[in-house]
Amino acid sequence: MADSSLAVEHQEGLDHQFVDREQQRNAASLGMWVFLGTEVMFFGGMFCAYLIYRYWYYNEFAAGSRSLDIVLGTTNTAVLICSSLTVALGVRAAQMGKRRLLLLLLLATLVFGLGFLVIKGVEWHDKYVEHHIPGPSFNAEELIRKNPELHIDPAPTQIYFSLYFAMTGLHALHMVVGVGIFCFLTYYAWKGRYTPEYHTPVEIGGLYWHFVDIIWIYLFPLLYLIDRKR
Amino acid sequence: MASTAIPVEREHYLNTDYGIRSWLFTTDHKRIALLYLVTITVFFFIGGFFALLIRLELLTPAGDLVLADTYNKLFTMHGQVMIFFFLIPSIPAVLGNFLVPMMVGAKDLAFPRINLLSWYLLVAAGIVMLHTIITGGVDSGWTFYTPFSTAFSNTKVIEAGLAIFIAGFSSILTGLNFVVTIHRMRAPGLTWSRLPLFIWAHYATSIIQLLGTPVLAITLLLVVFERAFHLGIFDPTRGGDPLLFQHLFWFYSHPAVYIMILPAMGVVAEIIPCFSRKRIFGYSAVAMSSIAIAVFGFLVWAHHMFVAGISLYSAMIFSILSYLVAVPSAIKVFNWTATMYKGSIHFDTPMLYAMGFIGLFTMGGLTGLFLAALGIDVHVTDTYFVIAHFHYIMVGGAVMGYLGGLHFWWPKISGRLYPEWLGKFAALTVFLGFNLTFFPQFILGYLGMPRRYWEYPPEFQVLNVLSTAGSTILAVGYVLPMIYFLWSMRYGKIADANPWGAAGLEWKTASPPPTDNFREIPEVSWEAYNYDEIPAPAEVPVGR
Amino acid sequence: MSEPILSTKLYVGIWATLICLTVITASVAFVDLGPFNTVVALVIATLKALLVVLFFMHVKYASEKLTKMVIIATLFWLLILLFLSLADYGTRAMTRT
Repeated sequence: MADSSLAVEHQEGLDHQFVDREQQRNAASLGMWVFLGTEVMFFGGMFCAYLIYRYWYYNEFAAGSRSLDIVLGTTNTAVLICSSLTVALGVRAAQMGKRRLLLLLLLATLVFGLGFLVIKGVEWHDKYVEHHIPGPSFNAEELIRKNPELHIDPAPTQIYFSLYFAMTGLHALHMVVGVGIFCFLTYYAWKGRYTPEYHTPVEIGGLYWHFVDIIWIYLFPLLYLIDRKR
Repeated sequence: MASTAIPVEREHYLNTDYGIRSWLFTTDHKRIALLYLVTITVFFFIGGFFALLIRLELLTPAGDLVLADTYNKLFTMHGQVMIFFFLIPSIPAVLGNFLVPMMVGAKDLAFPRINLLSWYLLVAAGIVMLHTIITGGVDSGWTFYTPFSTAFSNTKVIEAGLAIFIAGFSSILTGLNFVVTIHRMRAPGLTWSRLPLFIWAHYATSIIQLLGTPVLAITLLLVVFERAFHLGIFDPTRGGDPLLFQHLFWFYSHPAVYIMILPAMGVVAEIIPCFSRKRIFGYSAVAMSSIAIAVFGFLVWAHHMFVAGISLYSAMIFSILSYLVAVPSAIKVFNWTATMYKGSIHFDTPMLYAMGFIGLFTMGGLTGLFLAALGIDVHVTDTYFVIAHFHYIMVGGAVMGYLGGLHFWWPKISGRLYPEWLGKFAALTVFLGFNLTFFPQFILGYLGMPRRYWEYPPEFQVLNVLSTAGSTILAVGYVLPMIYFLWSMRYGKIADANPWGAAGLEWKTASPPPTDNFREIPEVSWEAYNYDEIPAPAEVPVGR
Repeated sequence: MSEPILSTKLYVGIWATLICLTVITASVAFVDLGPFNTVVALVIATLKALLVVLFFMHVKYASEKLTKMVIIATLFWLLILLFLSLADYGTRAMTRT
């Protein structure tokens, strides 16, 4: 037992505490899944607040939701879905050991990710121009004027936008972290570190990216599509 | 290596390398455990210092030692430091870090670098917290209740909130490492039903850390956003609900009590069979009750809010659910007692702590049932009854478990024995001091003395003097072990691999263990706690 | 346990479905279905999330149950948070006079 484990020659990327690559790979994958579980609970706190306030202040939420740009929102959803495709194909390329294809797909993911952040920035800027950022300069007059049938109370509209900024802001922060991870992956893919035998970082980095995509898949209907029918 | 003719000391994790870098950049779980030990000891004494100031202020009915504002800051920072910087990391990060890989027969945790990172996060959080304390402190109470914390307090709420946010990351990463290690790194033959109960307890603790802490993180972050960026999620002037803050806060902070107590239960489940020389009674019941506590612990949080304005119907639901937690807790207590029944009991220092734990935890748990009962809770909410109750759990339970575990595994950690008579003396001092400090508080609370006030009516003075007197005895009981542990590192008798004759993989390797824990990865073919197969040590090891 | 290599065709098919669902959910929002607007939006979102989890994240092909257990446990805990909070908010109107 001891002799055979000592006899195993040093494998690229195998840490000393593991017996073999499979154990390391399984540990890394479980670790990422468990971490994503904690992330669900992190966003879960905000989803809980959202649920309760939407139940209390439906009209104010509807008015706030209508003021968001649905074209930009839908585009951003599509951008993220495209990025998820390039990630999934990237993992496949890594599995098959196609270095150039992997590099190309990782770069495409980075482009989509940054594109999402740019569009998000444009939307936030619109909110700034419309005085829809919660705080002393918040102004609900436009919401009241545009939605006379909802009889809006101006105070709780700030709750909608507080949640909007907290949720999209923390989601964007996760995107920034994701872009950082993918820069790291791109660098090592360029150096040719990933092989069909060892590509765990690409896989678990991909899991993180898909998760951030899933959060947006829920944020989109919850924030943009509350009450669009007139 | 063996080329030198001079007989060299056996190489182990403490003497493989010296120098500050070999500690600050180590990825060895045993060294990281010691880093944690030093860190949380510092915070324990800072928190204890605040506690003594609180007790000194309450020695007299008049508010005469500190200003009222200062008193508010003292109890706030006592709570925050003790809970987030001592109790939450105490057993998991020190004993768990040291023992989990050894108990599962692995060379290290699954992610050693993340383990080191989590220590650095705790240190970073600790520095932010110390900066908060030095530059003015916080007065929101450790609970950060809104709208006081968001709109009215003019102390450093943002900084303290961020400190705890960062400490939360540290806690999450520790839990993540444990879950993955327990799932993926077990030695061949070590099935789930052969795992030590310490591992089961840490598995359950990790579940709470992983699924609860993120909710606290987002809640504190929203408070910080509300103060810093004028977001209005809990702000009643904009239609927000302060009770929502309490819901989210207690969703973590109630189960957080089980983060503190479950590992202590794991320690006790190791100590009791060893010093009773018997296999644990009802192994699977004790194992499953840990998991049950982790799950039920999440169903009871609103019993902290019975008088805060939640609906009566939900209060009734939460009251009933709170009783559920008593079931697995009682299962544990009964099984430990049954283990001792007809055992060959040795009253060594760890056993004294373990037995103290059973008694104090039972009292803390039973008074918890008073508080879970809707009617009585309305009567004693926010009184010293509550203070006494949770100190019986957190100090009488968690800290007794921590000290018991530290004494039990100290020979393994340091390779030395501590002086047994001093150990016993300290254990008894802690037990007496603790009861003298906190038992009078049950009576005070029942008589109606509210918590968080710096002065009180003169008729409460006798009990308060008793409590303050007890706290000084307790302080002596806590300083003593630190002194003789430090002493024993140089002068203590050398411990052999298994001084207690204990079961468990960690006792099968040398004391202190080599860096890779085992010379070869063990293959397990026996059940846990097979004390019928292990001879008791010829003589009880007595340190000099 | 080696990961299966799925075909590019499958990935592109999933991607196309996700894009279609996005367009559908955005368009349906403008049709008045009463309270069912929310239901449809959430069902479609869940469908999309499932597709991503099962195919892009390979959960459908994972050879052991542990990953699924982690997901189910997490969702269970999220539901505890939401439902027990709602136990308070849903019944407050009944007790306020």
